Amino acid sequence: MSVPVIEADQSGPNTSASTRGTPLRWMLIVAGVFALVSLVRILTGADDLTSAGALRAAIQAAVPITLAGLGGLWSERAGVVNIGLEGMMIMGALGGAYFTVEHGVVAGILGSILFGALTGTVHAVTTVIFGVDQIVSGVAINIISAGLAAFLAQAWFTGLEGGGPTQSPSLPRPPAITIGPLNDALNELSAKGWFVISDLASLLAALTRNLSLLTILAFVLVGVSGWILWRTAFGLRLRSVGESPSAAESLGVNVYFYKFFAVVMSGIFAGLGGVYLVLVSGPGYQNGLTGGLGYIGLAAMIFGNWRPGGLLIGAGLFGYTTAIRLRGGTIELHALLLVIAVVLIILALWQIYRGSVRRGLITGGIGVVFGVWFATTESVPAEFTGMAPYLATLFVLAFAAQKLRMPAADGQVYRKGSAG
Amino acid sequence: MRVVQKLLLGLAAPVLALLIAGALASILLAATGADVGAFWETLLKWPEPRNRVNIINSAAILYLSGVAAAVGFRMNLFNIGVEGQYRIGAFVAAVVAGQAFLPGALNTVFAILMAMVAGALWAGIAAVLRVTRGVSEVIATIMLNSIAGLLVGYLIKKVGVRTGNSISTKEIPESSWVSGIPAVPDAGGAEIYGLALLAVVVGIAYYVVITYTRFGFDVRATGASESAAVASGVNVKKMIIISMLISGAIAGLIGMPVLFGQAHNYGSSFQVGIGFSGIAVALLGRNNPAGIAAGALIFAFLSEQGNRLNILVGISPEIVSVTQGIIVLAVVIAYTLVRRYRRRLEQAAVASQLAPPTAGTDGKDGGPGQDPGDGPGNGPDAGPGDGPDLAKSPREEPVK
Repeated sequence: MSVPVIEADQSGPNTSASTRGTPLRWMLIVAGVFALVSLVRILTGADDLTSAGALRAAIQAAVPITLAGLGGLWSERAGVVNIGLEGMMIMGALGGAYFTVEHGVVAGILGSILFGALTGTVHAVTTVIFGVDQIVSGVAINIISAGLAAFLAQAWFTGLEGGGPTQSPSLPRPPAITIGPLNDALNELSAKGWFVISDLASLLAALTRNLSLLTILAFVLVGVSGWILWRTAFGLRLRSVGESPSAAESLGVNVYFYKFFAVVMSGIFAGLGGVYLVLVSGPGYQNGLTGGLGYIGLAAMIFGNWRPGGLLIGAGLFGYTTAIRLRGGTIELHALLLVIAVVLIILALWQIYRGSVRRGLITGGIGVVFGVWFATTESVPAEFTGMAPYLATLFVLAFAAQKLRMPAADGQVYRKGSAG
Repeated sequence: MRVVQKLLLGLAAPVLALLIAGALASILLAATGADVGAFWETLLKWPEPRNRVNIINSAAILYLSGVAAAVGFRMNLFNIGVEGQYRIGAFVAAVVAGQAFLPGALNTVFAILMAMVAGALWAGIAAVLRVTRGVSEVIATIMLNSIAGLLVGYLIKKVGVRTGNSISTKEIPESSWVSGIPAVPDAGGAEIYGLALLAVVVGIAYYVVITYTRFGFDVRATGASESAAVASGVNVKKMIIISMLISGAIAGLIGMPVLFGQAHNYGSSFQVGIGFSGIAVALLGRNNPAGIAAGALIFAFLSEQGNRLNILVGISPEIVSVTQGIIVLAVVIAYTLVRRYRRRLEQAAVASQLAPPTAGTDGKDGGPGQDPGDGPGNGPDAGPGDGPDLAKSPREEPVK
């Protein structure tokens, strides 16, 4: 049992050092990619790449992914793998819709928190208290939740005006912010088509019109989660449970409590992701409306190296590709190939410069493939764009595994008293 | 006597799980104001001949899916991707059979083999990522499931035939169809799929291989304790690849009975979710060939009977999938508790035999379970077998 302890000791300073260095670098990278997209927009005439409408859609698509990913982050940081995010999201969506129908939007959001927490509690009881395998529990929760949501939807929404056995009536929206004059000015600016400036204007325009309070809440929650998990004693203990539960227990940390708490929180975040789908993304609840978003959230979290900032970037990327696909822009999808090609080739040069020639060549090779794909075709099938989140995650796992560091005891069952 | 006791202990968990699931379903129904009595009456009514045929058919399909998952589970490998492998396999078989490169039955055999190859290769991606890059097969197969769905959707558009609003692969020539087995009298023309026999073949093969071959022994040994298996000379990486390929090949077979017995092409009407039900069935049956069969029959029975709930008593048939999910969860909890209880008994027995008066209190669990092939450089590896607590007694079947 001594091996994990040493590991945890080593990871302490490493983790904090990388936290200090990372944000600025990441911001520069994000800014660089933004400029690149802007350049590609001008070169290819794919105006919808950074239009305010596309960016607004991207933000809207990214929020549920972010919330699901946050759910995954909390749970996995405490060492519990949560495949059940998908089911927790469905339950949150159903609870949100039901309470919104009955008592309004605020009750709806609280209802989604309640339903998410209840589903999370099931996962917590089975995995933490009974010590059942976490994947198994997650799979079972997904089966139960999909069935239960559909069953309750039929019981609750049948006969309501505009509702039916498989869908809720259309629901009122939570309040949204629009800063009219500023938005108009920004729209004007973005219409000019200037390099970077117009794109930034579009981004701001997307944020100043019809920005749902729930969207703001989601981004605040990312920050709050990061702060709690990395800047408080509570968060340190929670993460220690995910790194080395036996070491944590020997220091007097109540391992079960932290794991339980984290998994319930995980359900709450996933539930909020669900309520976002019914209140903001769409008109209401529908059977199967999550459509794998829970898994994409999980992917975003892994893509983001089990960190809030990274998961935000992952969710942003996945949300963006989803939005572009749903808007049906063939030129835009095609132009994205060029963006990917350039990003990969720059990454390859960087890797070769840093000494990992083999990895650089692989990355560069993939980049060239994308470049050739861009040059030789006119359009990209929508299905391929749909695959992007999954493929990106697989590639990151396959080729950047050395850079990734999941919680050391993630997925392992811990029994009280194992610390000996 | 011991055998009887063991059998009773083994049966106690699933029976208890069924009762708990039934009770929870009743509570749920009562809470939503449904007629609980009518529900049970409809659900437990002895099925009509026609329904019996349906039950056998879907049980056969579920059984294939269950065995596919179980092959992985035996090795402590989580093939969550049965669903994706099934779709890829069914699609490939439909295309190959539709092209009819070979005449009649040869075409059928060839297409089935291609389905196995396609399923195996799809699963192989996850296996290679696991072995070479240390990528958790759970995450990889989840991603591959989604990719499979999209890929098949794309390819159908490319090679498919449009009839009205729906699109599907080219129809298989009639000479390659597999006719049904009219085993149930008075079923009104409903027949058991000819290829439902695949389930029997796969079940027997699974039993023989796992129980009597060197390979099966290695699989069980690796599943029970990877470090012990490595120490005794098992090449775990090779085993992971092979068992994942087998699992995928069996998953490729899942769609065959329907494809050759009923649908004759692959289209959007192909059932989804069988892969996940298969995982549930494998868990219910404790990865045991006969156990999976029992689980598949129970699940198929519930689903078939559930279909009538909506018409007869106005209850959403979804209550059945809720019940199925609860059964799985309850049974897994029960198995986990029983396993822990047994291990404590064994430990106590061994301790009392070995220990002189100064019996120590340590050695609660097995060793730290750190295996040499799993260094920190291997990256994310949520493989279920890594936890110290998962060290199991080799005499026992791994319960996942």
